[in-house]
Amino acid sequence: MDNAIVDTHEVHEHVSLPQHRHHFETEEQQREAGSFGMWLFLLTEIMFFGGMFFAYLLYRNWYYDAFAAASNQLNVPMGAANTAILITSGFFMAIGVWAAEMRKRKMLVWMLVLTTVFGCAFIGVKYFEYKEKYKLHHIPGNNFSIAMFVSPQNYPQYPDTYAEKPLMPDMAQKTQVFFFLYFAMTGMHALHMIIGIGLLFWLTWRAWRGDFSSGYVAPIENFGLYWHFVDIVWLFLFPLLYLINRHPLN
Amino acid sequence: MSAHTIVSLPDQSTAKLPKVNYINAEQGILSWLLTGDHKRIAMLYLISITFFFFIGGAFAGLIRFELLTPQSDLVAADTYNKFFTMHGIIMVFLFLVPSVPATIGNFLIPIMVGAKDLAFPKINLLSWYLYVAGGILTLAALVLGGVDTGWTFTTPLSTHYLNTHVLTAATAIFIAGFSSIFTGLNFIVTIHRMRAPGMTWFRMPLFVWSHYAASLLMVLGTPVLAIAIVLVALERIFGIGVFDPAKGGDPLLFQHLFWFYSHPAVYIMILPGMGVISEVISTFSRKRVFGYTAVAFSSVAIALFGFFVWAHHMFIMGVSNYSALVFSLLTMLVAVPSAIKIFNWAFTLQKGSITFETPMLYAFGFMGLFTIGGLTGVFLGSLGMDIHLTETYFIVAHFHFVMVGGMLMAFLAGVHFWWPKMTGRMYPESLSKLAAVTTFIGFNLTFLPQFILGYMGMPRRYAAYPPEYQVLNVLSTAGATVLGVGYMLPLLYLGWSLKYGAIAGNNPWQATGLEWQIQSPPLTENFTETPIIDYEAYDYEWLEKKTKDEVTTVG
Repeated sequence: MDNAIVDTHEVHEHVSLPQHRHHFETEEQQREAGSFGMWLFLLTEIMFFGGMFFAYLLYRNWYYDAFAAASNQLNVPMGAANTAILITSGFFMAIGVWAAEMRKRKMLVWMLVLTTVFGCAFIGVKYFEYKEKYKLHHIPGNNFSIAMFVSPQNYPQYPDTYAEKPLMPDMAQKTQVFFFLYFAMTGMHALHMIIGIGLLFWLTWRAWRGDFSSGYVAPIENFGLYWHFVDIVWLFLFPLLYLINRHPLN
Repeated sequence: MSAHTIVSLPDQSTAKLPKVNYINAEQGILSWLLTGDHKRIAMLYLISITFFFFIGGAFAGLIRFELLTPQSDLVAADTYNKFFTMHGIIMVFLFLVPSVPATIGNFLIPIMVGAKDLAFPKINLLSWYLYVAGGILTLAALVLGGVDTGWTFTTPLSTHYLNTHVLTAATAIFIAGFSSIFTGLNFIVTIHRMRAPGMTWFRMPLFVWSHYAASLLMVLGTPVLAIAIVLVALERIFGIGVFDPAKGGDPLLFQHLFWFYSHPAVYIMILPGMGVISEVISTFSRKRVFGYTAVAFSSVAIALFGFFVWAHHMFIMGVSNYSALVFSLLTMLVAVPSAIKIFNWAFTLQKGSITFETPMLYAFGFMGLFTIGGLTGVFLGSLGMDIHLTETYFIVAHFHFVMVGGMLMAFLAGVHFWWPKMTGRMYPESLSKLAAVTTFIGFNLTFLPQFILGYMGMPRRYAAYPPEYQVLNVLSTAGATVLGVGYMLPLLYLGWSLKYGAIAGNNPWQATGLEWQIQSPPLTENFTETPIIDYEAYDYEWLEKKTKDEVTTVG
């Protein structure tokens, strides 16, 4: 129809995978487009979390004392355990991506199962952390209590808080802002984990069915990117919320 | 085609509709609702945004009728608040943001880069469903009793003082936001990864460049709006205090987060329109766009600067003088890439073989009105003037000049320009010229008086006003009526043309774009064979040569 249009069909003619979608010229293009799209999606996620990180930065500067006191109340051993659990989960995911690329079906399924198990363990630990906050009335809202920060001497069972200087009531009120950010950020992170675990069940089933054993690994790779992103968000949350300005553990 | 020839469009009487095209490739309602074809999704979007445009327009009409008299007599003051809120929410989030990108952009981006479809057809369809869900929730907020925060959801008004359907409307915007993110993501991936062989970055039409810049804004800005809305919702439901000064929160933080999206959002709205204007001006001047590279990069520059000007919405809200100074300077910088575009379009016209088809009339309307809108933006960007003019009708007139005078003109220019490609049929030329002129006259009559009203000090968002402002308000309402007629006309004659319009043929405008070299309406996969691009964009000599060599016409 046109002198500028040349038939190029022979160039790309080869047996294609059933997952190859018609509008892509090559499987290579499909795979590149998929992973590029995933990276862009992660960029939007960075901007999404960025709003909360910005709020954290602002209020931390305004209410430094409250943030330091409230931060010292957080449970570092649990946070540290969760960090280790999440990194382990990410490690198994990385092995899983490798297994998919090597077309090792059984190994892939096992790695996805292990990723899921450690992901669930993270949520489990988080549950106990939130429960502790609930008992101490540290959940922002009507039942929020500043008792622990105006009179830390009454809490010998929490050595980090016990060692704190008492806050004036108006500054102690601002710990509520810290705890709101704590719940919003870790809660949003946990929500991403739960969505990820949901996707893991689906991927495990597909992997078990053998979908990713013939060279088509894009979903595994892209999910791996997502899972590592969620890990990395935690690797920022843990030091910012738990560790900064914590006095030496005694 | 040299600059001196008088253009003769091809004989359309011999043109026939192609037997197979994307419209009749599959039958049945499900083949539309479950489609992955970017052209069909574009048509779904076109229908739904037209629907919401007329709802938003009806609220604009109600606002103008209320302002016909100084007293608040047509409706009570709080109903009036609900009117302008609904007008704003619908027009911004459900019309302007998706207007050109989701309809014309969706239809044309893959074709313009020589691809069969967008990179992620299913996500494209999902984006439309999210849009519809957002639209239904907005309508739900409306039917259940309305919402009166203004489209800006300003805290603490939205979090503490209002008992209307703020959460419903906020959820609607949250969901519609994801529809916009997915559209932007799809465009970026498509433009990066799906270009046909030979389609280099600097051979892409400027329409694609401007969509690329707008997509960057959608992808980077919209998530920030999403988190701002989530925080407002949490504040309303749980009273968590992040925006509540009584608990140590900062209401201005909301403004920062909101405008970090919503200022770039005006560039999301206008950039795709600028892309349309580039195509239309070039086609009807039969000249390559003057300064192609400058126009392409000015789109990216607008997107880039657009992220660093948000605090100019907050000059009177107690931000520091120093940051106000910096943001004022940065705001004026945006005028530079915008002016680059306007000047380059003007130079494109110079010595071109200009004809005055309807899209060109709309494009002229765009150039004039956008220039006024842009220049008054510089007034508002300068600190001293802003303190006098902000929150008055001056600012209302300013952004309506950019959004309605600019973007809506560009949208209509685009719809008319590509109507033959999208439907295979021509719109009636004389009637549509009448509509274009009516729109232009009605628009000026509506919004020019508002500049004066604002300068005289009439505040925005009030149902009543002192009697001395009435004459100008009556003029404005009269203009709105004319404007309404100007917008109804295209709805009627474009609908008519679907069945009775003349058959367009492949390239009724003798335009150079890749989309004009295929049949209209296109095939489902756009091209019969993957095109190889060995010519620059807007190369009218290439087109002339090609037309000369062409042996057959597609029947």
